[in-house]
Amino acid sequence: MKVMVAVKRVVDFNVKVRCKADGSGVELANVKMAMNPFDEIAVEEAVRLKEAGIASEVVAVSLGAKPCEETLRTALAMGADRAILVESDSELQPLAVAKLLMAVVEREAPQLVLLGKQAIDDDANQTGQMLAALLGWPQGTFASRVELSEGQLKVTREIDGGLETLALALPAIVTADLRLNEPRYVKLPSIMAAKKKPLAVITPQDLGVDVAPRLKQLKVAEPAPRRAGGQVGSVAELVSKLKNEAKVF
Amino acid sequence: MTVLVIAEHDNHTLKAATLSTIGAALQVGDEIHVLLAGQGLAAVVDATARIPGVAKVLVAEEVHLAHGLAENLAPLVAGLARRYLHVLAPASTFGKNLLPRVAALIDVAPVSDVIAIESPDTFKRPIYAGNVIATVQSRDSVKLLTVRSTAFSPVPVAGGSAEVETMDPGLDLGQSRFVSRQLTETSRPELDSARVIVSGGRGLGSSEAFKQILEPFADRLGAAIGASRAAVDAGYAPNDCQVGQTGKIVAPQLYFAVGISGAIQHLAGMKDSKVIVAINKDAEAPIFQVADYGLVGDLFELVPELLAQLDVGIGA
Repeated sequence: MKVMVAVKRVVDFNVKVRCKADGSGVELANVKMAMNPFDEIAVEEAVRLKEAGIASEVVAVSLGAKPCEETLRTALAMGADRAILVESDSELQPLAVAKLLMAVVEREAPQLVLLGKQAIDDDANQTGQMLAALLGWPQGTFASRVELSEGQLKVTREIDGGLETLALALPAIVTADLRLNEPRYVKLPSIMAAKKKPLAVITPQDLGVDVAPRLKQLKVAEPAPRRAGGQVGSVAELVSKLKNEAKVF
Repeated sequence: MTVLVIAEHDNHTLKAATLSTIGAALQVGDEIHVLLAGQGLAAVVDATARIPGVAKVLVAEEVHLAHGLAENLAPLVAGLARRYLHVLAPASTFGKNLLPRVAALIDVAPVSDVIAIESPDTFKRPIYAGNVIATVQSRDSVKLLTVRSTAFSPVPVAGGSAEVETMDPGLDLGQSRFVSRQLTETSRPELDSARVIVSGGRGLGSSEAFKQILEPFADRLGAAIGASRAAVDAGYAPNDCQVGQTGKIVAPQLYFAVGISGAIQHLAGMKDSKVIVAINKDAEAPIFQVADYGLVGDLFELVPELLAQLDVGIGA
C-alpha cells in the first residue's frame, strides 16, 4: 500500500509571532521555520506503517515556495522514500491546497493520505476534510490511533468529551492529532541519507489547478494584552477579593 | 436573510455550542433554519422548535445519520447550503469535521473559528494560537463558518414555535462505519459552557492528586475540570480535558489554574476567561502574567484551604 503524507512549512512553534506595523500580515522575515508539528506526527505514522510492513512506499508532499524543500528533506530524513514539492510563490489557502493535493493523489494513487489535523499558523483545520470531499473518500480526522485490519482502517478520533472509533473503507484520509505518536528524533546519518533521496518539483500549472485565494485577509492585529492583576497574600484575601471585587461568587 | 445552522446534538439534547451558534447566526440574519440530522430526534426537535428566532427546523432522520458521520452528512448539508447566504456550525470537533467537507463539495472556502462578525461577509478569527486576530472577507456567494461558542451568547430554549419540516435523509454511502464511542463519564458541566473551570497542571504530580485535590474543589464550585497538555501527557487527566491551542478553547466567568506554569499554548485556550486565578509555587510562572489573582505557594495546602474557606465564607 502506498502512503502519501502532506507537510507544511510554518513558523516554528516556539517563536512568538509579531504583526507587521501596517497590519498587512505577520512578520516572517528572519523567523525560524519548521515542519508543522501535526504534520510531523503524520509523517511519523506513515513511516511506522512502512516499518510495520503495511506501507510499501511513503511519499511526502509539500506545497509552497522553494524553502519547503527543507521541510521535505526533514520528512525524508524521518523515513519517507521520496518527495514532491508543488512549488508556488503565491499564497495557498486550504481549498487550493486540497485541490493541488487531489491532483497529486490522482497521479500517485496512494491508498492512504495522512495530514496533520491543522497547521499552527492559520489554525484552519480544513485541508484533510476538503481533500476527502474532493476525492470522495472517507475521512478519519483528529486521529489518536490508526489500525489496519482486513482492508479496513480503524481510526480512533479525539472528539469533544472523549474518543470515537470509526471503520473506514480504503482509500481514505487520516488527519493526525497530538497523541497519535511521538515523532522520532532524526539522527545525522538519516539527514545525510535524505539528501540523496529523490525530490521532484512540479507547479500548480502542471497540475492544472487554479490557486487564486478565495478569502481576503483584510488585516491582522495582536489581541489586546491581558493585564496581570496582582498577587494575593493568603487564601482569605483571595476569597474576599473574588467575592467583593471580582464578584464571581 | 435566512441562515442555516447545523445543530450538534446527541440525538436527545442540543449541545450548548449549538445555542451559541444560533446566537451568532442571529447577528447575520433575522431568520434561522436549523438542520437536525440523526435518529430518534423527537425530543431534540421539540426543544429546537422552542428557540426564539428559529423559523424552521429541518429534520433528517435515518440510521446512517445517527452518529454524525461526515461522509453521509456532508452531501445532505451541501444540498441545502446553496439556498442560504450563510451556513454556520459550532467550531467543535463535530463542526470542524463536517463543515470543510461540505465546503469542498460546493467549492467554497470556509472560515474556521469565527470570534466576531463584522459584517455579513467579514469575520474575525484567531490565528497563530490566538496570538494574532485576522480579519477576513469571504467572496464566496455562500459563507460557511464554524463559530467559537465562547465568543457568542447562547440563545434560550423557550418561547419560540418554529415550523418543523421533514427532509429526505439521503443515502448511506457506506464509506465509514461507526464502531464505538467512549465518552468520559461525568456529572460536571461541559468545558465549553461551564461558568467555572478548575484546571490542573503538572504541579499536581499524579492522577491521584487530580482526584483528591481538584475534584472536590471543582464539585464544590459546580465547575468543569480542565488540564494542561503537560498534565494530560503525564496521564493525570483524560485527553478531552485539555485546555489550549490544540485542545478546548474556554472562556468561563472564573478560571482556576492550579499548578499550571502557563505555556503559550495553554494561555491560547483560556486567556479570554473573565477572571483568572492562578495557584503555583513558582512566582515567576508565566501564568501570573495573565492572572487577575495570583497565589504563590503549595497547591496541596492552598486548594484544600480554599475549599474550606469557601464553605465557611460563601455558604451555599
